Amino acid sequence: MAGKTLYDKLWESHLVREEDDGTCLLYIDRHLMHEVTSPQAFEGMRLAGRKPWRSASIVANPDHNTPTEHWGDADGGLKEPISRLQVETLDANIKEFGALVYFPFKHVNQGIIHVIGPEQGTTLPGMTVVCGDSHTSTHGAFGALAHGIGTSEVEHVLATQTLVAKRSKRMLVKVDGKLGAGVTAKDVALAIIGKIGTAGGTGHAIEFGGSAIRDLSMEGRMTLCNMAIEGGARAGLVAPDAKTVDYLKGRPHAPKGADWEKAVAYWDTLKTDAGAVFDSVIELDAASIEPQLTWGTSPEQVLPIGARVPNPAHEADPQKRAGIERALQYMGLAADTPLTEIKVDKVFIGSCTNSRIEDLRAAAVVAKGRQKAANVKRVLIVPGSGIVKRQAEAEGLDKVFTAAGFEWREPGCSMCLAMNADRLEPGERCASTSNRNFEGRQGPGGRTHLVSPAMAAAAAIAGHFVDIRQFQEARS
Amino acid sequence: MKAFTHIDGLVCPINRANVDTDAIIPKQFLKSIKRSGFGPYLFDEWRYADQGEPGMDCSQRPLRVDFVLNQPRYQGAEILLARDNFGCGSSREHAPWAIEDFGFHAIIAPSFADIFFSNCYKNGILPIVLPAATLDKLFAECEAQVGYRLNVDLASQKVTTPAGDSFDFDITPHRKHCLMNGLDEIGLTLEHADEIRAFEGRHQVAQPWLFA
Repeated sequence: MAGKTLYDKLWESHLVREEDDGTCLLYIDRHLMHEVTSPQAFEGMRLAGRKPWRSASIVANPDHNTPTEHWGDADGGLKEPISRLQVETLDANIKEFGALVYFPFKHVNQGIIHVIGPEQGTTLPGMTVVCGDSHTSTHGAFGALAHGIGTSEVEHVLATQTLVAKRSKRMLVKVDGKLGAGVTAKDVALAIIGKIGTAGGTGHAIEFGGSAIRDLSMEGRMTLCNMAIEGGARAGLVAPDAKTVDYLKGRPHAPKGADWEKAVAYWDTLKTDAGAVFDSVIELDAASIEPQLTWGTSPEQVLPIGARVPNPAHEADPQKRAGIERALQYMGLAADTPLTEIKVDKVFIGSCTNSRIEDLRAAAVVAKGRQKAANVKRVLIVPGSGIVKRQAEAEGLDKVFTAAGFEWREPGCSMCLAMNADRLEPGERCASTSNRNFEGRQGPGGRTHLVSPAMAAAAAIAGHFVDIRQFQEARS
Repeated sequence: MKAFTHIDGLVCPINRANVDTDAIIPKQFLKSIKRSGFGPYLFDEWRYADQGEPGMDCSQRPLRVDFVLNQPRYQGAEILLARDNFGCGSSREHAPWAIEDFGFHAIIAPSFADIFFSNCYKNGILPIVLPAATLDKLFAECEAQVGYRLNVDLASQKVTTPAGDSFDFDITPHRKHCLMNGLDEIGLTLEHADEIRAFEGRHQVAQPWLFA
């Protein structure tokens, strides 16, 4: 008999029932919530007179609207009345419906929900994890089946603790070998998306495997799984191992005592069996991955830093050519320009992709003893949570950033999607460690280039994109 | 949820691939705590020449006249023709809410992003996948004929052109049943509450730490 993939094991261990047409009812262990995609679900519950099935599955926290400065003001910096209403609506809903963990705005542990979940030990291997947020794929880094859902599904999970779903196809993305100096999980994620395209993973759950993935830290695995959705896959997965266990041990909601031993033994079984079959397999050589930079308005429009802006004249497919032309026009870029000649106006280091302690350390290594370039108007460093912020401050990273002319902010989603006051003005160009370079994503008319934290910090110092490998060599 | 059975409607083409949900409904409109009223802001940045903010009276805003939704020939359209990977990006259900509120009931594309695709069904919108070559033909016909309509019939799972060409599409029996009858999926699931409870009991025995 053929072995099972990790995805199959996770699916089968949560399967409540299955219809003849393959429609399944899947049990949900962990329900993460934020203020933007939940209010209509709670309202639906109230209108139907329904009670939550298991409110102890809920971990919630406002993050999209919350400001990253002026927390000391009377309004906490939350100036916009509709933003405030949305944040307060989450407070009221959690008060009414209950939750295992809730960090209201300005709580010392508040932050981005996808940073909070793992940090609190509420994301565990073998779980099913959902959230009304596409970047829920992040939690797959722990060997949990985790994916984004819509608000109707948020209501469905609240009321039934289940999700109506169909099995995904299984894709293995295997990255073997050693990553070069200056090449990070972000570059691996972007290189994979460049290879498979933004729809390459549609209908699939991606398991990331290979020696380069095993070598990644938990933070790196979270960055990688976070961006599975940008490759079209609702879920990304990395099998748990000793690093996963070490990361979780002692966290507030991690299993304790005898449960811990039992859990660790179970987690050890959560791996794809030898001989298990994937619907598709993509292989990359780690050593050949270079620092990446997106040039267009889709994460698949990505190139190694040494390349030039593409020339649409070289594209034979008329639809693709039109797509390149449209992207270049929006981005204000001329074909064939070396990527390292593109100047930036702002830099954003943060988001559920790259706001963890390792990301901030990588940015600080680059920034240390240097100064923001004169043409760069603003560099925002936004930690992923209160815990990340305090850790960074304990290590003195905040001082490194402020000495370089960067701004050290309070945690939140911030300029990844610009629902708070942190945004680009029309035409501004940003080196961003976030996950989406869509038109208007960081503010109407804003131009986003996705990069790793080290590449973003280097762009802030140089005033234009640089090859982080040469930049750091020049220093030593 | 409203039922979907059949539609004979005017067609509007959005001729670009990878249309993301940030484009369908930009983030500033996500601050609403309601499900309704998103239609006027559908494709806001492509549709209007100014910067949209929640609560604006859109009838007074300057239009980008080249954008398809603003062209007189597509006013009153109920079927959207789209390209590959429609609805990619964010899971925001505000995207199908805006599409439905605007007046679209069906979207035809060669492929959809997964989360958007399932969100459509929860809102009475039928997302139809047809081969890319068929979409090329439909786009060409739609752009060539003012007033181009398509007939979409869910019972027979067919899209039919004015010339009588007919294309079959797939849908799971479960989704078809829910859509045709406008069923509340939560109510359906709760019919299996005993099974869920029984599963939960077994799950708790096997992995007690999940319930600690």
